[in-house]
Amino acid sequence: MTGITACGAYIPMTRLPLSLIQGRAAKDGGPEKAVAFYDEDPVTMAVAAAVDCLADRDRAGIDAVYFASTTYPMREKQAAVVVAKALDLRRDVETADFTGSLRSGTDAIKAGIRAVAAGAARSALVAVGDCRMGSPRGALERNLGDAAVAFLVGNDGVVATLDGSAAIANEMQDLWRSDGDDFTHSWEDRFVVQEGYVPLMVEAVRALLQKSGAAIADYAKCALYAHDARSHATVARKLEIGEDRIEDTLFGRVGNCGAAFAPLLLCAALEGAKAGDKILLAGYGDGAEAFSFSCAAPLDRSSSLGVAGHLQRKRPLRSYESYLRSRGFDKKEWDAGTNPGLSATIRLRERDADVALVGAACAACGQVHFPKPRVCYKCHARDQWQPYRLSDKTGRVLGYTFDYFFPTPEPPTVMTISEVDGCRVHIQLADVPPDQVKLELPVRFAFRKIHDAGGKPNYFWKAVPA
Amino acid sequence: MSLRDKTAVVGVGCCKFGENWERSREDMMVEAAYQAYEDAGIEDPQQQIEAVFCGVVYPNFSTGEVADALRLYGRPISHVQNYCATGTDAFRFAVFGVAAGVYDTVLVLGYDKPKDRGVSGPSIAFDRVRGLPATPAGWFSMCAARYFDTFGASRGDLAKIAVKNHHNGMLAPNSMLKREITVDDVLNARMISWPFGLYDCAAQSDGAAAAIVTRADLAKNFRDDYVLVKAVSIAISENPQTDPDFDFLRWKATEYAAQQAYEQAGVSRPFDEIDVAQVHDCFSMTELLTYEDLGLIEKGSAREHIASGTFELGGELPINTDGGLKSFGHPTGATGVRMVYENVLQLRGQAGPRQVKGATTALSHNLGGAPQACGITILGTP
Repeated sequence: MTGITACGAYIPMTRLPLSLIQGRAAKDGGPEKAVAFYDEDPVTMAVAAAVDCLADRDRAGIDAVYFASTTYPMREKQAAVVVAKALDLRRDVETADFTGSLRSGTDAIKAGIRAVAAGAARSALVAVGDCRMGSPRGALERNLGDAAVAFLVGNDGVVATLDGSAAIANEMQDLWRSDGDDFTHSWEDRFVVQEGYVPLMVEAVRALLQKSGAAIADYAKCALYAHDARSHATVARKLEIGEDRIEDTLFGRVGNCGAAFAPLLLCAALEGAKAGDKILLAGYGDGAEAFSFSCAAPLDRSSSLGVAGHLQRKRPLRSYESYLRSRGFDKKEWDAGTNPGLSATIRLRERDADVALVGAACAACGQVHFPKPRVCYKCHARDQWQPYRLSDKTGRVLGYTFDYFFPTPEPPTVMTISEVDGCRVHIQLADVPPDQVKLELPVRFAFRKIHDAGGKPNYFWKAVPA
Repeated sequence: MSLRDKTAVVGVGCCKFGENWERSREDMMVEAAYQAYEDAGIEDPQQQIEAVFCGVVYPNFSTGEVADALRLYGRPISHVQNYCATGTDAFRFAVFGVAAGVYDTVLVLGYDKPKDRGVSGPSIAFDRVRGLPATPAGWFSMCAARYFDTFGASRGDLAKIAVKNHHNGMLAPNSMLKREITVDDVLNARMISWPFGLYDCAAQSDGAAAAIVTRADLAKNFRDDYVLVKAVSIAISENPQTDPDFDFLRWKATEYAAQQAYEQAGVSRPFDEIDVAQVHDCFSMTELLTYEDLGLIEKGSAREHIASGTFELGGELPINTDGGLKSFGHPTGATGVRMVYENVLQLRGQAGPRQVKGATTALSHNLGGAPQACGITILGTP
């Protein structure tokens, strides 16, 4: 039996209170959207979701990594391969990006399940991340949000099986972003909803029901992609889905996170599902596709935060300007592209340390080092190393400083020397306000974008509170 | 073999440190070197200077520019680079050359001109992803949280060091900053890298300093009040950012270099035997840790000594009598040589209002990198 064996989510803790968009003060409990901070992008979020999904599960059996996003910043240069390296997966893993459509997330899930079912992979990791950007103070902005989600697909320990799907291809120009555009464009909203979103979603779900012979009432939860905060209610009404069976679309908390949206709702639905539940998933973009899942066993949520856990972690932005700065839309004296950035040769040599946070343990005395040296600090043995992955370990802060000069939307940048398994790592600490930084603070590690020098995302890891 | 008393400093020079917008490296080098010539009574450098050892940190400068500035051709000129210990290391090579009997008389020239770069302080590095933000303030501040937590010190203690060095700098004619400050000024200044505010940080400046080193037995030919080199040491420590045993209460490089220097000089009770010291106050906390790492006082006791004024002018062991890096200025490659300059003046009794009465033994100390490189000199009267 093939299916989803685990899932994990990532919702950035940075939130933009929607009132700040209009220049009004933020109110506790008011509507907000999840915002990737300046050191996050679809790839870092996808890695975080994958880490949430994998926990301490075996990574060696993963044969394929499928990444989906409409907003990965590179035109030519794969993201899935970065995700695979950050997760320290095998070199012979198959990697592919799915992009160009808001449906690329559900496409990647379908491809992952099909690959495993066909025997082409024993296990596939599907990671979807999107950072959607409407024009500042434009109509789309308040609806769009950032998030990522990941699914592990395999044959053992299946949580949910895919029983069938039905797709409708529909060529229309409702939402689009051309090469070089910073922002998503939309044709008149009523056109998008009345001519695109609502009828296509209904058509796809009805096609699924007809194919499978199931009734809508058979579904315990319906995870429906939602164009905005309201119009999915029309879809539900036309399909006669009761309000209690619609998976919460998280507007006012996350926002429409594009390719990751329907998959994120699927993850949320699985978090609440019990064995035997049927779950309907419907994604939209250039048509629509509906999927029927059956829950085989409840999800093991002991080691992942999931959607529910991530919704609890919050750090409101101080100002609308911080939001613009965190997305790179502030005027800078020099743009990142004018800096040559990293040497590709050095980056190649240091990829184990920089992308995978892999150090080395001395085979002679056991001392762990980061990055891998040639000669052991402790016993001076030469070249006796076992690779040692730090990214999935926890550590503690031994020393720190607050740097007020490194360019960030909200200084200071916290720099630490942290200890993990006897190894010292000089590493930034993120996701914690300065007044909560203290000696011995327990930390884990998160994949982040350090800067954009050279006009490309340059990734490394940061410590974050454990 | 010990280096002790084999070589002597017979002349020193130092240009005005500061933002020398209108003076070039050539101007500063010539000013410092010719002051040192004059101080040593060298009338014919073409004949008398056999080699030049230069300390310079900011790159892309050639030794040719030194030869061209001083018109010293057909002899060895080398650049020495060793983080902030560069000036002391250039001095060390000069001492080695003379002690080995290869040269009789050589010139040490430390110079740097960071203020031609168009940025205040270090540039922001984007050529890597690890270890960012990479600033000296960030590196040197790493001990603060643990030290404060262990020994109960605070930013207020650090501030007093900055206040002291600003005061001393007022008394040094060639210093950069000429302004008394208060503890409140320090505590209220904008933050650079916690716990360092603006006034906890040394003044990056342009500058050049020079010294003439000769054989001890020839020193009297130059001047009667020559100064003997008792010790000069360099030690590189583990990188505190990766050292699995680092305890965040000290900079090990200073401990290593001090041990070497005291052995060479035969110093066993540094606090009693050293009369005056110039130490590397790149940041206020560096000076605090140096008091202890040099073994002048017990680990953890700096706070009491700061409060009681031990290291102030008029205290038991005046430190940074010319204002230090904080107020005299910090042209990286020149700093170690500038310290030799001040110590020579102190030992000759020529330090004017900053004179430490009857000083016979003087120590200088540089610390640089993560920090990992420490250089120490001990000079003494014959």
